[in-house]
Amino acid sequence: MKRTLAGLTLGIFVVSSLLGTHSVWAKQVTLLNVSYDPTRELYEDYNKAFALYWKGKTGDDVVVNQSHGGSGKQARSVIDGLDADVVTLALAYDIDNIAEKGKLLPKNWQSLLPNNSTPYTSTIVFLVRKGNPKNIKDWDDLVKPGVSVITPNPKTSGGARWNYLAAWGYAAKKFNGDEVKIKEFISALYKNVPVLDSGARGSTITFVERKIGDVAISWENEAYLAVNELGKGELEIVVPSISILAEPPVAVVDRVAERHGTQKVASEYLKFLYSDIGQEIAAKNYYRPRSEAVAKKYADKLKPVHLFTIDQFGGWQEAQKKHFADKGTFDQIYGN
Amino acid sequence: MFLLKTRNSLPGFNLALGYTVFYLSLIVLIPLSLLFFKTSTMGWAAFSEVIFSHRTMAAYRLSFGTAFVASCINVVFGFLIAWVLARYKFPGKRLVDAFIDLPFALPTAVAGIALTALYSSNGWVGQYLYKMGIQSAYSTLGITLALIFIGLPFIVRTIEPILQDLDPELEEAAASLGAGRWLTFTKVIFPVILPSLLTGFSLAFARCIGEYGSVVFIAGNMPGKTEIAPLLIITKLEQYDYTGATAIAVVMLLVSFLLLAFTNFLQWYTAKRIGMN
Repeated sequence: MKRTLAGLTLGIFVVSSLLGTHSVWAKQVTLLNVSYDPTRELYEDYNKAFALYWKGKTGDDVVVNQSHGGSGKQARSVIDGLDADVVTLALAYDIDNIAEKGKLLPKNWQSLLPNNSTPYTSTIVFLVRKGNPKNIKDWDDLVKPGVSVITPNPKTSGGARWNYLAAWGYAAKKFNGDEVKIKEFISALYKNVPVLDSGARGSTITFVERKIGDVAISWENEAYLAVNELGKGELEIVVPSISILAEPPVAVVDRVAERHGTQKVASEYLKFLYSDIGQEIAAKNYYRPRSEAVAKKYADKLKPVHLFTIDQFGGWQEAQKKHFADKGTFDQIYGN
Repeated sequence: MFLLKTRNSLPGFNLALGYTVFYLSLIVLIPLSLLFFKTSTMGWAAFSEVIFSHRTMAAYRLSFGTAFVASCINVVFGFLIAWVLARYKFPGKRLVDAFIDLPFALPTAVAGIALTALYSSNGWVGQYLYKMGIQSAYSTLGITLALIFIGLPFIVRTIEPILQDLDPELEEAAASLGAGRWLTFTKVIFPVILPSLLTGFSLAFARCIGEYGSVVFIAGNMPGKTEIAPLLIITKLEQYDYTGATAIAVVMLLVSFLLLAFTNFLQWYTAKRIGMN
C-alpha cells in the first residue's frame, strides 16, 4: 500500500512537472547582436528593457550578447561565420554585403521592417572647442585656411563615410551639382585634416584628449557623448545648416536565426525598437527616434535640421562605388 | 655500429620529423599558401596595378623604411641595455630586467595610445619636442618611435645570454696583451656577439614590418605620407577587396622573406668566420 502511494505521488510529480515546464521553468534564449562602435550604451539600455518585455510576454528569459567594432569589420566577421542572430550596423552597404557575399539574409532585407529597416537615425554635426574660438557655423568654415578639421578615414570607417557624404551633399547644393567645384571644396576640406584616424572613436579621442584640431565632424550621438562625458565643459556642438540623414539599419540574419531557432525572438527584438519604449531609449542615447511623439519630447536636444538622404547619391552601392572604392573621389583627393 | 647510434631523450627521428612537418604545415604553411592561392585568382594585370600603385609603393617605403631605422636604433641601444644587464649588479636590476619584456606583454593598442598621449603636442614629452619644431606624433618619427618600443625586447633578449656567456677573462687576456678598450671591443667582443645582433635585428625588423595595432594610433594615417602597408591591407578588406589585400600581403611576405634570408646568411657567414678563427 505504502509503495503504491509512493509510486502515485512520484507519478503525479513527474506528470505535473512535465506539463508545467512552460510555466514553472522558463526557457532561456540567447541572442547575439553584432553592432558597430558607438551603439554600446544604447544597446546596454535597450537589452534590459527588451528582456523585461519578453519575460512579461512569454515568460522566457532572453539574454542578448553584444559585439561591437568597426561596422565593416563586424560585417566581415558575420560573413566569415560569427553567429549573429541580428545585425545593427552603421550603414546599409555592410548589411548588403552580408546578403550578397554571405547569402545569410534575403536581398530585400531593407524592406522587411518599417522606415528602411532603420528604427532610429542620426546625423552629422560639428564638435568645437568651448566658446567656438574659430567661429565655426557651417560647412563653409571648414575649408577656410588655418582651420584644422578632424574626421576619420572614410576607407576604414563607416561613420567617416557619412561625414564625407554630408560635406559632399552641402557642396552639391551650394554649387548646383557642378562636380569640379564640389571636388575642389572637398579637397580643400581634407587639406585641413591633419590626422585621419581609422575609426570614429579614435577620431573623437584625437580631438578631445589629444586636443588636435579646431573642429571634429562627428555622429550626433558620438558628439553628445563627448560633450557630456569625455570633455565636460570643454566642448560645444554646432549643427550645420544642412546635413545628411544617417540611417544605421537593423536586420535579422535569417540563416543563423533559423539554425538557432530564434527567428521569432530575433524579429521581435528588432520590432520592439520601434515601440515607444524602444524609441525613448534611442532618444535618451542621442539617436533620433522615428516616432514623432518621442522626437517632439526630445526636440530641445535633437534639434530639427535640414536633412538629405543617401538616396541623393543613388543609394549605398552607388555611393560606395563612386566615392570610396579604389580610384573613387576620395582617392582622387590624395592624388591617385 | 650500435655504439655510434646517438641516443636522444625524445623518441624516434621519424616520429619527431613527421610531427614537425605536420605541425608547421597546419600552423604556418597552409595559411600562407592560401594567401598565395587567393592572390593568384586575380590575374597579373590586376595584381601589378594594386602593388605598383603610387599609394602602395609609398606605404611599402614607409613600412620597410621605418622598420629598418627603428631596428638599427634598437641594435645600438638594445646592446647597451643588454650589456648593463649582463655585466653590472645594481639595485633594482631585476625590475629593469622585467621592464624590458613589457612591450611583449602589453596589448599593442594600449602601447599605441600611451605613446600617442606622451608624444602628441600636449603630451608630457611632445610639448617640449613640438616647441623645438619636432613633430613627434602623427609623423614618420611617431611611427618610428612606436616601432622602437615594439622591437626593443627582441634585441635585448637575443644578445643578453651571449654577453652573459662571454668570459670576462677574454677581455683580461686582450688587455694583458696590450689591447686598448676600443681594440678589445672591436676585435674581441663585437665579433662574438655579431651573429646574435643580426638575429635580434632580423626578429625586430620582421616584427616591425607587420606592426599595426600600436602604429595606427600614432601614425596620422595620411595617404601617401604616414599610411603604413598593414593599414592599406585593412583598407582593402574594408572594401571587401580580399584579393587586393592578399596581393599587398604577398609582396610584404616575399620582401620580408628575402630580407630575413639575407640576414640569416650574414649571420651564418659571420658565425662561420668566428668559428674558423
